[in-house]
Amino acid sequence: MWKTLLKHLGKYRTSSFLSAISIMCEVIIEVQIPYFMAQIIDKGIPSGHIGQIVVPAVILVACALASMGCGLLSGQFAAHAGTGFAANLRRAVFEKVQTFSFTNIDRFSSSGLITRLTTDITNVQTAWLLLIRQIVRSPFMIILCFVQAYRINPQMSIINIISIILLSAGFAALMVGTRPIFRRALKMYDKLNRIVQENIRGIRVVKSFVRERQETKKFDDTSAGIYTSYVKAEKLFSLTNPFLQLMFYGTLISIAYFSARLIVVDGTMTTGELTSLIMYNMLILNAILMTSMSLLQVVNGGASGRRIADVLAEESTITNPAQAAIDVTDGSVEFHNVTFHYNEQSETPSLANVDLHIESGQTIGVVGDTGSSKSTLVQLIPRLYDANVGEVRVGGRDVREYDLQALRDKVAIVLQKNVLFSGTIMDNLRWGNPDATRDDCIRACRLAQADEFISCLPDGYNSRVAQGGANFSGGQRQRLCIARALLKDPKILILDDSTSAVDMATEARLRQAFAEYLPDVTKFIIAQRVNSVKDSDAIIVMHKGQINGFGTHEQLYAANDIYRQVYDTQNPAEKDERDAAAGASGEKPGGGVRPDACLRPTAPSGIALEGGVA
Amino acid sequence: MASTKGKFKPSAGMKGMSFSHMAKILSRLMGYVVKPRKARFTFAVICVLISAAVIAYNIRFTQTVIDSFIVPLLKMQSPDFTTLNREVIRQVIVVIIGFAANVSYAVTMAVIAQEVQRDLRDKMFNHMQTLPIGYFDSRSFGDVMSYYTNDIDTLRQMIGTAIPQIITNVAFIVCCTVIMLITNVWLTILVAIVLALCFILLRVVTNYSSTFFKVQQGVMGKLNGFIEETVSGQKVVKVFSHEAASMDEFSKLNEDLRQAAFSANRNANILQPIIGNLGHELYVLTALIGGILMVSGFGGVTIGIIGSFLQFGRQTTNNWSQMSMQLNFVVQACAGAERIFTHLDELEEQDGGDISLVNVSYAADGTPVETAERTGHWAWKDGNKLLPLTGDIELKHVDFSYVPDRQILHDITMSARPGEKVALIGATGAGKTTITNLINRFYDIDSGSITYDGIDIARIKKPDLRHSLGVVLQEAALFTGTVYDNIRYGRLDASDEEIVAAAELVNADDFIRTLPQGYNTVLAGNSEDLSAGQRQLLTLARAAISDPPVMVLDEATSSIDTRTESMVQAGMDALMEGRTVFVIAHRLSTIVNSDVIMVMEQGRIIESGRHAELMEKKGRYYELYTGVFDFV
Repeated sequence: MWKTLLKHLGKYRTSSFLSAISIMCEVIIEVQIPYFMAQIIDKGIPSGHIGQIVVPAVILVACALASMGCGLLSGQFAAHAGTGFAANLRRAVFEKVQTFSFTNIDRFSSSGLITRLTTDITNVQTAWLLLIRQIVRSPFMIILCFVQAYRINPQMSIINIISIILLSAGFAALMVGTRPIFRRALKMYDKLNRIVQENIRGIRVVKSFVRERQETKKFDDTSAGIYTSYVKAEKLFSLTNPFLQLMFYGTLISIAYFSARLIVVDGTMTTGELTSLIMYNMLILNAILMTSMSLLQVVNGGASGRRIADVLAEESTITNPAQAAIDVTDGSVEFHNVTFHYNEQSETPSLANVDLHIESGQTIGVVGDTGSSKSTLVQLIPRLYDANVGEVRVGGRDVREYDLQALRDKVAIVLQKNVLFSGTIMDNLRWGNPDATRDDCIRACRLAQADEFISCLPDGYNSRVAQGGANFSGGQRQRLCIARALLKDPKILILDDSTSAVDMATEARLRQAFAEYLPDVTKFIIAQRVNSVKDSDAIIVMHKGQINGFGTHEQLYAANDIYRQVYDTQNPAEKDERDAAAGASGEKPGGGVRPDACLRPTAPSGIALEGGVA
Repeated sequence: MASTKGKFKPSAGMKGMSFSHMAKILSRLMGYVVKPRKARFTFAVICVLISAAVIAYNIRFTQTVIDSFIVPLLKMQSPDFTTLNREVIRQVIVVIIGFAANVSYAVTMAVIAQEVQRDLRDKMFNHMQTLPIGYFDSRSFGDVMSYYTNDIDTLRQMIGTAIPQIITNVAFIVCCTVIMLITNVWLTILVAIVLALCFILLRVVTNYSSTFFKVQQGVMGKLNGFIEETVSGQKVVKVFSHEAASMDEFSKLNEDLRQAAFSANRNANILQPIIGNLGHELYVLTALIGGILMVSGFGGVTIGIIGSFLQFGRQTTNNWSQMSMQLNFVVQACAGAERIFTHLDELEEQDGGDISLVNVSYAADGTPVETAERTGHWAWKDGNKLLPLTGDIELKHVDFSYVPDRQILHDITMSARPGEKVALIGATGAGKTTITNLINRFYDIDSGSITYDGIDIARIKKPDLRHSLGVVLQEAALFTGTVYDNIRYGRLDASDEEIVAAAELVNADDFIRTLPQGYNTVLAGNSEDLSAGQRQLLTLARAAISDPPVMVLDEATSSIDTRTESMVQAGMDALMEGRTVFVIAHRLSTIVNSDVIMVMEQGRIIESGRHAELMEKKGRYYELYTGVFDFV
């Protein structure tokens, strides 16, 4: 996993390396300090000359300053390396996401990708900073201190060895022992959060059924479970500090006791050396503590690192063909025996054996239950997904032979979950065509029945769009999205339930405008309201991933059960009339309130509008 | 949900928090920690003091060994180690006592910390259950949720780590200072001066670098915002082949963040070497000045004293720097604690009612008699009087507003006789749901009156009022658990057979039996294994099992497609049989057979009557029905 990530270290390799080197220099110098200290105590003070004290003291201050300098330097390098590495990774992940197909995106989910680009990258940055400083520093410190202690007195260093082993083993045991408990407790936290979540979301149900007490009990039980398991782990974990101190003072006593004998009886050690040994011992134990703490954090960062590596290792399921066709000659669409699964493991395909032949310029309605794969069907046309079996042809050519961008420019789809981006209305429209002139945009908006409300806005086409288009109503957003798609000047236009929030009168004008001004564009319209597609050249009735019926309204109403059922439920009045067997249908009164009507004069004159809908 | 969309944002951030304000929050928090367990807390504090004293004593050990033993022994011809041995044994005992104190304190504090968290958690949730619906409507889901996640998390760290560490460090600093003062006043002053200088320096560096962190925070917010927006709309990006443009924008922001993060981190990284090495400087200074003092024979400094001061210096530097870190944390946690306390201080839902709902059976002469068991007959109990529940609901001249001056309902007058089906139709925001919110007293009316069987609903106990009303909402809220559990939510003592019967009544039985474990299938609350229609069928079964005399169906079918709706519709019809029912719908096919249809617009009833009457009238209902006009 680290191998995948480290590939993106790039030019920050040098500063990472320099940071490690300078932190090692810091350690090397720092370790000298207790040694000179011993000099002061052993030679300076007994000699009675202030000069004998001052000289080593000046050296000491110089050492301390030098080691501080190295530490500062390392901090600078590390900051450069860590933040640079994070930036590189973030860029690599984002770049990867841009190449992802819909299948890839579905696999990770948008929120999963966002977490990887934000929290996970930050975690890896922290882990990397620790790695090139703390994880280099502490073990190096342990080794050097040990070497120094050994040089002072090899016998005494046995105590160091014992303390290093004991403490490391103790910490390792603590971590291994508490990890599963913590992990279990974390799971219970998820459960607790879920209970709170369901409670808040369903608070009206809770209160309506007067179930406050049961909810509280459910919560308290889980909360008590968390308490029980956490207490176990925390009790164990709380032993860290007492254990560290026990080790520290245990070694202190043994060093002092045995040194006293060496100093007094054998004369192989000095008082100054005793203080140095104690110092080294303290540095070693602290370094062990730091190493274990840092390791814990690096391991935590590892989980994030793995999640990032997963994204980087993911191959896009849809790629551009080698010799791509660029010209989409017309808007004809064919499906030949197409079968499609979202998930290779799933047994029932989302689309099964679909055959279709649509001529260029036709208007095709698509109806069916939720989950009948209406959206799936149309998403294969701009090659958002690839068919598993069979082929989809646009303009007489397999979609897999086209250059992706060329294909998607000519096949405009307005997704069901459409999104506007923050910026101005103009910015958003130009997603469809970066070179679109203002007049182009206005024309598209008139066709999409959006111009009317846009011109009512104080800033017109320069009005701000908040994130997600939150400052527009659902119907307005949908019309803006349609206009954006129209700006592509497509040969095929697909509206995936894109007018559900538009009122009927406006929708009727929209249909009329399409018929009048986009006669050559093949139009696919998925709709919940059958009336929206009733007048299409043909209607596809989808049912459980298959085409259940294909034909005009009259044909389907006569022959297709599903279609008739839906149509009748949605048009009770007509059914009443038919049931009453009153031959001729009455004239419907026209003209409801137009919700967008405003007092300002609409349609800035002067733009000769092909799409000048009256 | 009809609600005021105003988002509640408590005064977040501790920048503006005054010291006295913080002290108030802390003392309240300490109240939760200390009050229920005074004895154990005192024990823990005593243990801390013992362990601090032991540590200070341990540090002096170096001095004792050098001054009292090594130096005198060196002067002896035949050194006698018995006193040293005795001293070592005493020291070992002291260390063991210290260890014991340390362990008992650490374990006690760990347990206390967990207890406090559990208690606070439970208290928060418990309290939340008593809050009125208005509380939830006026806050975003995320805001409420964050009490349980972010805020309790900071509190967890504070109670679990910061408070124990602060207590420990204060105890150590006090003990060390006392012992240093006893050992040597002059060197103590030296240590104090150097420490003071350290902290002034630290303050300066921290303040300086914190400005860079603020810049980094801002840039990061911008980049994260961009990432969130783009990646959420990644499919749209693909559809428009907008990848390259997104990448350009991203690269710019990414580089901005790299630079800001670099500045912030390089400044933060100044701190560690300085803290680490100031310890050394202090070390050297102690040795140097101590040495000079000793050589010049001033202040009674000995080698041993210098040795132990070298360690005292280190120990206190460590304690101070640990404590300053924890103090930063406390300041942060105070903001979280404040939010939690604000939550705990929210006013509970008030209930002024005294009339209760009871089961009754009817004596031979037709007088109702109260019974303990379920009979299917209900009555209102007002003192000793029993008034049979019939399900007659009447609103007279009701005005209502969620927030003052923004009236939502104007002069609503309507009535539902027992067993009648009343339909409310109108555009989003017309006030349909608000009316049902008033009937079950999620909100109280401004003026006018609502009566239930002739009783003012304000006089009925809220739980009893709600028990008498069944509600099915547009958003089918299920809870994690089995299908049985979810349906039983409607009536806790329902048997499995009764549950199956309820499911059969609403046409849910068929699909439940196709689930992997039938009625024992575990559903996740946000379960995607079920279709919207199936989820709704379960909530209908839940309402059916509770068997309420009055039902409110609030857009119960609007998230379902037409064909599924016809499946659910049969279940709903069965459920409505023999009850007073309020139906809110946007598809007219479901309500044509209602006894009364009310057309609402902007908080007013503009038309009402039966289907035929309204069609005759050729008003708004007629337009809706014939498809000329549509709600958006």
